Amino acid sequence: MKMLLFLFALLPLGRLVWLGMNDGLGANPIEFITRSTGTWALVLLCITLTMTPLRLITGSTFWIKQRRMLGLFCFFYASLHFLIWLALDQGFDLDAMLHDVVKRPFITMGFLSYLLLVPLALTSNHWAQKKLGRRWALLHRLIYFIAGTVILHYWWHKVGKNDVNIVEIYATILALLLLCRIPSIKTKIQSLFR
Amino acid sequence: MDSITPKSIFDQRRELIKAAAAGSFGLSLASWFSREAFAMAPEKLTATANPLYSSKGDVTPYKSATTYNNFYEFGTDKTDPASYASSLQTRPWTITIDGLVKKPQTLDIDALLKLAPMEERIYRMRCVEGWSMVIPWDGYSLSKLLSKVEPLGSAKYVEFISLADSKQMPGVKSSIIEWPYREGLRLDEAMNPLTLLTFGMYGELLPKQNGAPVRIVVPWKYGFKSAKSIIKIRLTEEMPKTSWNMFDAHEYGFYSNVNPTVDHPRWSQATERRIGDAKGVFAPKIKTEMFNGYGDQVASMYSGMDLKKYY
Repeated sequence: MKMLLFLFALLPLGRLVWLGMNDGLGANPIEFITRSTGTWALVLLCITLTMTPLRLITGSTFWIKQRRMLGLFCFFYASLHFLIWLALDQGFDLDAMLHDVVKRPFITMGFLSYLLLVPLALTSNHWAQKKLGRRWALLHRLIYFIAGTVILHYWWHKVGKNDVNIVEIYATILALLLLCRIPSIKTKIQSLFR
Repeated sequence: MDSITPKSIFDQRRELIKAAAAGSFGLSLASWFSREAFAMAPEKLTATANPLYSSKGDVTPYKSATTYNNFYEFGTDKTDPASYASSLQTRPWTITIDGLVKKPQTLDIDALLKLAPMEERIYRMRCVEGWSMVIPWDGYSLSKLLSKVEPLGSAKYVEFISLADSKQMPGVKSSIIEWPYREGLRLDEAMNPLTLLTFGMYGELLPKQNGAPVRIVVPWKYGFKSAKSIIKIRLTEEMPKTSWNMFDAHEYGFYSNVNPTVDHPRWSQATERRIGDAKGVFAPKIKTEMFNGYGDQVASMYSGMDLKKYY
C-alpha cells in the first residue's frame, strides 16, 4: 500500500519528465515546471493535512502512518519548486535572490514557507521524534502556519492579474482542514462518526 | 442544466470546476498527458519585408507564438486563447474611427487591408510578465490610417477599443477586468512609424488567438499596450482610461515603456526570458533593453520626462 502511494506521489514528476521528452511543456517550459511543482507541493500539503480528519472519521490509524511520506513528498516538490526558481530564475545569483525575497511579498512568503518546511522535513524521522518528545508535536504544528504563508504566496502571485479563483479553492480546502484541528470541532467529528 | 440556475451562474460554476480540474485533480489522464497544439488552416498574406526590421536570426517558433498568449477574452491561461479563440468571427469586421477627427468613418476589414502597402517587420515583443518573443508582423504604420481621418489640432491621444462579445469570447463572462479591453497612446506615439496596424504574422493572416483580424503592435512598450481585435479607434483630448491601468494604476502605468530600470512592484524588469531561445530550455535570461532596443526611434518623444514617474 505504501509502495502504491509512493508511486502515485511520483506521478506528477513522471509526467513532467514525460512531457519534457515529448516537447509537451509548452512555449515556456521553465514557467510550466515551476508552476507545476508549486501546485503539487500545495496539493500534497492538502493531502497530508487530510490524514488527521480521515483518522477522526474512520477511527483508523492507517492514515497517520502515511502522513510522514506524504509530508516528505510535499517537501520534495517544494524543493524542486524552490531550486528551479533559484537556478533558472535567479541564476544562482544570491544577491539577486535576496533582493527579490526582500522586495517582493509573494517571493517573501514563498521563501519563508520553504524555510519553515526544512526543520519539519529534517525532524520527520523516528530518531528526531523520540529525541524531541513532546516538543516534536509542538514543532510540527508549524505546518498550520505554513499553510497560511503558502496561500499568501499563491494569492499574491495571482492577484496582480485578478486571477484568484483557483487560489480561493485551495484556501477554502486548507481552511476546512485546519478547522478540523480545533478541539471542539475535533470531538464533534469523532462523535458524529462513532 | 436545471431550470433554476441562470445560465451565467451555471457557466461560472463550470469554469470553476474546470479550473479545479486543470489545477490538480485532473481525472482524464489522457488529455492531461498530451497538450496538443491547436491546429488551424492559415490564410496567406503577401507583404514586402521592411529592410529596417528584417533580422531573421532569432524569430520565435510559430508554434510558441501562437500557443502562448495573453488574451483574457478567451481565458487567463496562456494556452486558453489557442484553445478557445476559434469561436471568434473575424468577418465581417469594421473599425470605427471617430472623436477629434475631421473625417470620422467606419472602415471594413477589406478596405483596411488595401489602405496601404503591406510590410513585414520583425519586432521584439516584451511582455510585462518578463518574457519576450521575436515576431514577424505584417501590417503598415498606424499613421497611414490616422492621416486619412485627419486628426484635429485638439487631438492629443488615441484610444483603442477591442471587441468584447461574450457569445464569441468565453473569457468575457468573467469579471477579471472591465470589458471591453481598452488601450491608448499619446498621438505622437500613435503616429510614430514604428506603431504598426497589424493584420498578419509569419506571412499569414493573424491567427485568432493573436488578435485577428486587426490589432496594434507597439514594440517599445510592454505587450499589453498592443490591443488585439480592435473595433474602435477614438481620438481624444484627455488621456484615455486603459484596462490594466484601471485595474491597478500602481502596477501598470499609461506609458508602460519597456524600461529595465523601473521594476514592476512584484518583479524585476531588468531581464527577460526569451521564449523558444535557440540556446535551449535552460538558457539564461537575457538583459532587457531600454525601450526594448528601439530607443533610436522613440526616445526623443520622452525627452525631459521622468520615466520613473511616468512608468
